[in-house]
Amino acid sequence: MKSICVAGAGVIGSLFAGHLAQVAELSVLVRRPEHARALSEHGLRVSGRSKLAARVTAATDPEELPEPELVIVACKSTDLDRLAARLEHHWPDAIVMTVQNGLGADEVIARHGDWRLLASVTFMSGTRHDDTHVEYVLDTATWIGPARGTTRADAEAVALLIRSSGLQAEAFDDLRPAQWSKLVFNATVNTVAALTGLPHDARFAAVEAPTDLGHLVRALMEEGKAVAAATGVALREDPWEMNVLATQRGSAHYPSMFEDIKAGRATEVDMITGSLVRAARDAGVAVPLHETMYRLVKAKEAARR
Amino acid sequence: MRVCVVGCGAVGSLFAANLATLEDVEVWAFDVSREHVDAINRDGLRLTGAGDVVGRPHATSDAAELPACDFGIVATKAMHTEPAIRAVAAAFADGCVATVQNGLGNEEAIARHVERVIRGTTFPAGKVTAPGVVQWDVKGETTLGPFEERPAPAERIAELADACTRAGMPASAVADARGPQWRKVIFNAATNPLGALTGLTHGRICERLDLRRLASTLVDEGRAVAEAQGIVLDADPEELIDYAARPDVAYDHKASMLQDVEAHRSTEVDYLNGGIVGFGRRLGVPTPAHEAIWALVKGMEAAWAQ
Repeated sequence: MKSICVAGAGVIGSLFAGHLAQVAELSVLVRRPEHARALSEHGLRVSGRSKLAARVTAATDPEELPEPELVIVACKSTDLDRLAARLEHHWPDAIVMTVQNGLGADEVIARHGDWRLLASVTFMSGTRHDDTHVEYVLDTATWIGPARGTTRADAEAVALLIRSSGLQAEAFDDLRPAQWSKLVFNATVNTVAALTGLPHDARFAAVEAPTDLGHLVRALMEEGKAVAAATGVALREDPWEMNVLATQRGSAHYPSMFEDIKAGRATEVDMITGSLVRAARDAGVAVPLHETMYRLVKAKEAARR
Repeated sequence: MRVCVVGCGAVGSLFAANLATLEDVEVWAFDVSREHVDAINRDGLRLTGAGDVVGRPHATSDAAELPACDFGIVATKAMHTEPAIRAVAAAFADGCVATVQNGLGNEEAIARHVERVIRGTTFPAGKVTAPGVVQWDVKGETTLGPFEERPAPAERIAELADACTRAGMPASAVADARGPQWRKVIFNAATNPLGALTGLTHGRICERLDLRRLASTLVDEGRAVAEAQGIVLDADPEELIDYAARPDVAYDHKASMLQDVEAHRSTEVDYLNGGIVGFGRRLGVPTPAHEAIWALVKGMEAAWAQ
């Protein structure tokens, strides 16, 4: 693959663009004209775990970009439908890869065109300093699996390309075990952080005192695991162990849902907790705690607007 | 009769100012705020809003100044009960002490320091607007009854209820005061933390059907814990929730727990949701929703403490 378009240049999109520009012709589709101008003029700088300068072609209209073989759709799930609508009738031969949280991002894209699709989840993280500078913080992997019209081989090819650019990636026959591990993890950790105002830190794994937060975290994860089991998904990683491991590093991470609430923006709770609650309903599993978290986050969003 | 109000915030002031208007009652107001105490001693304790009253209680921040009292009315926030009653207990060596506080566990804390305890629940509410001045927002009933483990005699309870009623704070003495107390605890535990966690007023919580249903889940869990103790609620907390949501009642009211959260003060969640969870555990009644809400509010408190 010689030509790649990253659609959406937040943290994740910028990290993909900055790295992949080292190994392919790279274009970026963004929403704001001034963002496109800044990227075209100054390129994209990556600091932190990678130190890179990338030249990219940026525009707000797909019409103005070269035709890519791979499109990585890296916007937030709340913008996904709008972004997919802008891609309609463009680049019919490209493979489109989603990296959104939750379930069903590929289905949203599928409604807007006949592209071949790959699904992925990413665990890498960073901090966006401005329109042309992103810091690479956690070098954890992106996991890729086939969706409509693609195979494991397509997923392998993209994973290889991503690895050659300096990021971590792995391909799977079936993404769901990995996707669901992250779903249960995020549905728990992000909503607890958003409602309490706490960063994801050691308190999320504490279970000594009766009011320690770890009890709630574990109960939410148990509900999520029951939904996965009833849906026939064998989780790739245990979400509670992911939680313990992540908080043992001693770092305090502020999940995006926390940041969104603080900034008065819409959160991804519909795509994350919403996906889990819908799947639970389909599987006939009760998830009263996740429903509680969903209602509280939606209400908190409403109060902030 | 000599009465000491312990903790002269909004609710304590309603009792102190009204009781001080009676000729046969001498009222003392004990409060940690020097400013408030000085203002009361200088200008009297003034109520505005639902009633215009100026009472002239003796106010002090020094427990040693308190004379022996016939009655105590404890009206601090629940987390201050223990230190407050410990400080003033000597004044009630021969007296009876009533709690009119929110939550569960206040009677037990008081009974560790005094012999005769009155279980009380009060619905009037207001807020301190300046030292010595309290806005009286809501009038309401007070119920007083014996605390079973260390009961005050029925005739003494009736005496206090009569004085409150004559002073314009209608109160009734009952044999079992747990029904009204649990109704109010369940109401508070089902609604206050939802306001605290979301930032919504009581009325807006009730307008969101899914949140209103969450409140009902919390009510149901609380009711099951009450029933397991043989407590008969004196009315349905659900009715109180819907009544309070009316525009002419408390639609725009920010629950005290939300006010605490906005001011980064510790909340009464340990005595509301935590109290229900504690009783539930001892009785083998599951309370998963209260546990979750309790943990989230404690998480909020931890977030601003760091």
